[in-house]
Amino acid sequence: MTKKTRKALIGYSFIGLWIIGFLGLMVYPLINSLIYSFSKVTITGTGIKLNFTGWDNFVSVFTSEQGFIFRERLVDFAIQLALYVPIIIVFSIIIAVLINAKIRFRGFFRMIYFLPVIISSGPVINELITQGASGSSFIESYGVITMIEQNLPSFLAEPISEMFQQIIVIFWFSGVQILIFLAGLQKIDTSIYEACSIDGAGPWEIFWKITLPSLKNLVLINLIFTIVSLATFEGNGVINLIVENMNNPLTGYGFASAIAWCYFLVVCIFLGIAAFLFRNKKPTQY
Amino acid sequence: MDKVKLYLDKIKKFIRVDKIKKILFGRNLSDGLILRSIVYLLLISIGFVYLYPMLYMLSYSFMKPQDITNPMVIWVPTELYFENFNKAIITLKYFETLLSSLTITLVPAIIQTIVCSLIGYGFARYNFPLKKTLLFLVLVTFIVPIQVYTIPRYVMFHQFGILETALSIIIPSIFGQGVNSAIFILIFYQFFRIIPNAFFEAAEIEGAGDYKIFFKIAVPLAIPSYITSFLFGFVWYWNETYISSLFLGQDFQSLQIKLAYFVSQFAASYPNEEAQRLNEGIRLAATLLIILPMLLVYFIMQRYFIEGVEKSGIAGE
Repeated sequence: MTKKTRKALIGYSFIGLWIIGFLGLMVYPLINSLIYSFSKVTITGTGIKLNFTGWDNFVSVFTSEQGFIFRERLVDFAIQLALYVPIIIVFSIIIAVLINAKIRFRGFFRMIYFLPVIISSGPVINELITQGASGSSFIESYGVITMIEQNLPSFLAEPISEMFQQIIVIFWFSGVQILIFLAGLQKIDTSIYEACSIDGAGPWEIFWKITLPSLKNLVLINLIFTIVSLATFEGNGVINLIVENMNNPLTGYGFASAIAWCYFLVVCIFLGIAAFLFRNKKPTQY
Repeated sequence: MDKVKLYLDKIKKFIRVDKIKKILFGRNLSDGLILRSIVYLLLISIGFVYLYPMLYMLSYSFMKPQDITNPMVIWVPTELYFENFNKAIITLKYFETLLSSLTITLVPAIIQTIVCSLIGYGFARYNFPLKKTLLFLVLVTFIVPIQVYTIPRYVMFHQFGILETALSIIIPSIFGQGVNSAIFILIFYQFFRIIPNAFFEAAEIEGAGDYKIFFKIAVPLAIPSYITSFLFGFVWYWNETYISSLFLGQDFQSLQIKLAYFVSQFAASYPNEEAQRLNEGIRLAATLLIILPMLLVYFIMQRYFIEGVEKSGIAGE
């Protein structure tokens, strides 16, 4: 055995657990899920019985009543994603730049801004929202929402005013993103800033010419993270519908799997758009 | 004319526009009066939005029922009232539940950290066929929504008979398929990749085997990454409820699930007590109790959350 193959085998031994897990807990369930989505799944005492039904489940996504609810929630989710994701990214860049500046009580501010990382679970956020602790009432009291509703056309005003009501959710989804941007900012060599200000660049120019470009790669990471975490958040209507349909005897696992795949497709489209917009452009060759 | 010019120069020298501009706008984000006050204003007002729920929770959880309905009592309760916590603790069966909560958070978090470090090390230090493809597949596992594969996993775990036991949460973590495992694999991958080769070569020349090198050299160097990964794993497991509520069912005693079904739990703990009706105070006390362990971990280990992310390669390449 050459040294190379020996090393390769040792390498495989390190990642062996992952390969087993990937095949057993990811690939196998994914294939099954695909099979379910083309079948009528009935649960029997001993296990499950599959009857192949072709595209029926996918057809009923577009025809049945449950399918209608799904499509409605999917559209809501898509709008939510299109609105929230850019806001979360911009917001976390701003916060990261702010707490990266030389400010007093930096430790204290950081502590506050990373709170969401540790307490943003579905039940806790739900409880906070239903008990009125989410801060939306406090925003409403300033009349921002009525102002928006009066001044904007309704198709815009509705999602935007909803966004203000859920501002806390947006804020609370930015914890990890702020951390990642902050880590990126700390990697910028301070001598670059010094050189720029000696050359006469103000804070404004420095932000646009140095800070932002150096965060560009992280934007893609954060976009992916944000989309995925919004897509799997417990408060999301679509994923609750999937569980509801799992337990619904009329639709069952087959239909639930079918809508899960449709959902995955939509998430993939969003990830594709994000990756396309922020792809690493190869340097042009001369 | 010359005199006018002279005066203007004198005035200019007196006012020194440049200096004022420097004081107001500064040369950097942190100096300059105007910018600095904007920065602090933003930091404080946004920080308040973050703190608001915490303060609200803290204030209401100490309020008597009379305080909650009394419009005159704002923020500060008339007295410190611990009965809310008492009721919440009884309803949640707090200490019992905390223990079983820890078995589905602490245990998988520890296992996941160890396993992901092995996997990350394998990817970082060894060359083997299909390495690029496999690394890409690690990323894919992060992107696929859990909803797509939970149903078959549910069926599979049902066949194994581990549904509604802690094993259904722990087993995926053993195989690097736990909550956000892909991120931890990448953290370790990035970290082990940047360790200079000389470290490992020196050990190899001394005759150390591959596994010995991992345990004696790589692990000690990666302690900060271990701490960060463990902390994030712990927090994410603690906050994960979709899979755990599905796999463990309503009967499993976990704090988050108990909070989700708090109303019915309360009714079960306090039957026929019309006078002791459930109010915001009790519910927020329960919420506070559930985030309390995380808050404690956060305050004690705070610096690892932030430094860890800075040092480990999350933001790298």
